[in-house]
Amino acid sequence: MRPSQTKSLQSNTLAGWLMSGPALVLITLFLIVPFLLAFWFSFTNQRLISPNPTQFVGTSNFEQLLGMGTLVLEPETAADGSLLVSESGELSYPRVRDFTRNNPDFQHLNGMREWFGWDWGNSRVLVLARDLVFMKALTNTLFFVAVVAPLQSLIALLLALMINQKLRGINIFRTVYFMPVVVSIVVVSLLWRFIYDGRSGLLNNLLQFLSFGHFQPVDWLGNPDTAMWAIIVMSIWQAVGFHMVIWLAGLQNIPLTLYEAADIEGASSWQKFRFVTWPGLRNTAVLILVVITMQAFALFSQIDVMTNGGPLDSTQTLVFQAVQRGYGQQNIAGGSAISVLLFLIVLTISMVQRYLTRER
Amino acid sequence: MAAVTSPNQSLKTSLKYLLLILVALVFVFPIVFMVVSSFKPDLQLLRDTSSFRAFLPVGDISLDNYFAAFRRAPVGLFVFNSIFVTTLTVLGSLFLCSMAAFAFVFLEFRGKEIVLSIIIATLIVPFETIAVPMLMVVNSLPWIGGNGITWGWLNTYHVQIVPFLADSLTIFLFVQFFRDLPKELIEAARLDGASWFQIYSMVIVPIAGPVFATAAILKFLAMYNQYLWPLMVTQSEQFRPVMVGLQYFFQLNTAWGEVMAYLSMITLPVLAFYLFLQRAFITSIASTGIKG
Amino acid sequence: MTSLRILAASLAITTAMSTAAMAQTELSFWYHGAGNPVEREILVGIIDDFNASQADWKVVLQEFPQAAYNDSVVAAAVAGNLPDIIDVDGPVMPNWAWAGYMQPLQLSEGALDGFLPGAIGEYNDKVYSVGLWDAAIAMYARKSTLEKFDIRVPTLEEPWTREEFDEILATLKASGEFEYPLNLGMADQGEWYPYAFGPFLWSFGGDMVDRTTYETAEGALNGDAAIAFGEWWQSLFTNEYVPGTSQDMADHETGFIDGDYALQWNGNWVAVNTLNALGDDVLFLPAPDFGNGPKIGGASWQFGVSATSANPDGASAFIEFALKPEYLAAFSDAIGLVPATAEAAALTKNYAPGGALEVFYGLSEAQAMLRPVTPGYVFEALEFRKALSDIANGADVVDALDAATDAINADIARNNNYAVAN
Repeated sequence: MRPSQTKSLQSNTLAGWLMSGPALVLITLFLIVPFLLAFWFSFTNQRLISPNPTQFVGTSNFEQLLGMGTLVLEPETAADGSLLVSESGELSYPRVRDFTRNNPDFQHLNGMREWFGWDWGNSRVLVLARDLVFMKALTNTLFFVAVVAPLQSLIALLLALMINQKLRGINIFRTVYFMPVVVSIVVVSLLWRFIYDGRSGLLNNLLQFLSFGHFQPVDWLGNPDTAMWAIIVMSIWQAVGFHMVIWLAGLQNIPLTLYEAADIEGASSWQKFRFVTWPGLRNTAVLILVVITMQAFALFSQIDVMTNGGPLDSTQTLVFQAVQRGYGQQNIAGGSAISVLLFLIVLTISMVQRYLTRER
Repeated sequence: MAAVTSPNQSLKTSLKYLLLILVALVFVFPIVFMVVSSFKPDLQLLRDTSSFRAFLPVGDISLDNYFAAFRRAPVGLFVFNSIFVTTLTVLGSLFLCSMAAFAFVFLEFRGKEIVLSIIIATLIVPFETIAVPMLMVVNSLPWIGGNGITWGWLNTYHVQIVPFLADSLTIFLFVQFFRDLPKELIEAARLDGASWFQIYSMVIVPIAGPVFATAAILKFLAMYNQYLWPLMVTQSEQFRPVMVGLQYFFQLNTAWGEVMAYLSMITLPVLAFYLFLQRAFITSIASTGIKG
Repeated sequence: MTSLRILAASLAITTAMSTAAMAQTELSFWYHGAGNPVEREILVGIIDDFNASQADWKVVLQEFPQAAYNDSVVAAAVAGNLPDIIDVDGPVMPNWAWAGYMQPLQLSEGALDGFLPGAIGEYNDKVYSVGLWDAAIAMYARKSTLEKFDIRVPTLEEPWTREEFDEILATLKASGEFEYPLNLGMADQGEWYPYAFGPFLWSFGGDMVDRTTYETAEGALNGDAAIAFGEWWQSLFTNEYVPGTSQDMADHETGFIDGDYALQWNGNWVAVNTLNALGDDVLFLPAPDFGNGPKIGGASWQFGVSATSANPDGASAFIEFALKPEYLAAFSDAIGLVPATAEAAALTKNYAPGGALEVFYGLSEAQAMLRPVTPGYVFEALEFRKALSDIANGADVVDALDAATDAINADIARNNNYAVAN
């Protein structure tokens, strides 16, 4: 008596492809094909427009981006071999550029720049990078994700806990907390530029007011130490409402009977949170972490509107560099190479996240 | 029996409200700044940013900036373009993506798993990284319109709509939601002899209100706030959306008052749409993401 | 019968009209001034006059916001969708010409006689674009300030020297009367940087690229002269003579007029506003001489013909029509920029002999130096901008210049030295 089942199996395939067909065609055409094109470009020297024909260059774009080297600098010595010490007791070292520019003994270091280093006894060990701006973009992006993912999730959870109370008019607050999400990030960036202004910005004014005039104005966007943090704060402000709502839904899904049972047992608020609330939020937590991570890697608009990657490359990010190279410098191949690397990095991290948070 | 509120209780409640209000101020102040500034003349606007007057509608308040903004740029046209493109894209994507998600969740067909994995993987790709290749793709496509077949899609409405009709996030949302629905519903309808499309439209869609609302809001936000793509593909004023129009206001001597007026005007439709759908949206997030 | 005749007559008329209409080929014209009603008015005037003056061509204007204009043109070029007439920023023209977006103009003999060199866009010995105006920069100062601090008023023949200029800045700073002695406009982070600060580099003896071959920046951007420039540049910020890269755009626009800044290095497009605000007290002074002669930038937006245009003769005809002295004068009066010919200057309010801005015309003639005329300029400008920002923010001068040099050299190599492809 199987014919009807076989029949439904067959019509499944046709119906399946028919129903998902249009969406699949569109995604293939407008998402997958461009991505494959970008992937292809990263192995060529494609320019935005050029009279020269495009040539295949293999992995040289990636070598250019990821190239690294090491250098050990010995302190400078006087003629008799003793160490030259400056007045403040510091040793002096030859300039890196003596090794990286037209030095026949160090050809492999040609064109590299100093990235970071440390002292090893009297010598300095340096790590050099061929594309220092890319490395900075990479580290900045990773830093941004590492800070924003837990911070934004936590703040969103706290807000959700606050909103999850039976107070009159609580819905108004919920709406207000979500409002920044609705506003375009470009608009948000423009407004926050006024807030962050170094001399007369609103933030500086507020801090001066709160500290009774002791606070010295800080140039938030112009100081390499504070620029990225300024971007972080603004980005969290804009996006946290969205994740608050997701946490809220998760909270409201936890059966009230569990709380009643905990009350009967005489549990404190903290115990209730730890043993009832938190376990019930596990799935929500995973979703939020994954989404925030992916969104954080795509950091672009704020940088474009507010800092242009500066000051001193402290706000360079991967997507910003990809757009700068591809569109600004007309180097499509270079921009595509960064895009491919970004995809691989995010893919790896997503898979690691999925593995770490899988059901045991 | 009337509940008796002890003074302790009212104090706690008041404190809770205080905290909520303080936090609300944090979330709302830049928007208040934007709207209040739109009523001030430029010089006063800039001077006021260095004090708390920035949030107060004091001084020389008028609608001048709004009138000036309309004179400088066809604001109405831009808003219409954005709403038109956004609405069509949202409607189209709700239909196509929900249908595809339905197929992925309830139908068995070969290759389903692989295709779904690929779609989820593309969630990672930021738009900016494929913008230029997409431009190249879009240039080599034909379009059947009033003039017969024309090649290249640049400078039209459909170039702003069609590439975004299907996206992985929307499909993902629908898939998560549909996975939680009881399979008995489907089986019952199948036994009654309903076709798959009938099941989709008459059984699933009516109960999927919340996730439709969620997907609609997210898609609306993404499309309305687009900048890079419309910049690349619109060449005549008649097709430009609001974010490209924003550039009209950045001249050698930027009229910040007009900028604030324009920003206030373009933020209005999105806020309205959100407020309209927010009941459904908020209650909907419940089922879409939790099960992971 | 009569109705038939009327029908025939009206048919004949409509056919004649449509033939005439068909004979008027449309030329599309893209301009970068969307959102600027003043420029639009003048352009529309020129277009209407041109359309009425002949029956072959009809020019149709499409405006773009300036910030987005270059991107739109590049996207259109990728799509093969360029208009007939395009507006191009002078130093970018070689890049567009090399990439195949533009074709040489077809102007009649002597059409460009008497034009300021900055208004003519030449690449590879062919004229690809011509501008209705040129832009110039000067050192804005208040007569009262100079008198108060006993500062000599420099002239074209005797500009300030480097030592003099440093001393002036120190004096102004020490007085404590100004937020900063000098406003360089660091808030305007676009093409302004290479346009305004390139001349300082050139005056020191450096350059963004070696102009003998345009194939390398080694020695030009990281040679001794450039390093001297870089160190002087950094000193401006460490000594707090100049507000840095985080300067507010609004401060840049109004700071000099408000008295926050004593001096200002700014273009002549804000001269009219400044004159209106400060009247007789404002002076427009020549650039200091840092050793290699005082220099200012030159070349602004120019009109050209796109390579894919089906009607290059019509496009060139329109451009030539627009070069009439009265149109040059109209633009100059409206936006305050230098008209491209002396003939037109005589017709303007500000640049006629005795006019308030006449000095800019002389500055442009005497001191203007073009930015490097090479397709590689687009990349060089970006790297130079970055180097200037980084050095202003405290980066090591030599390293920053080295990095820019290396990047520029790599870009040139990647593009076959930008060799002409035809």
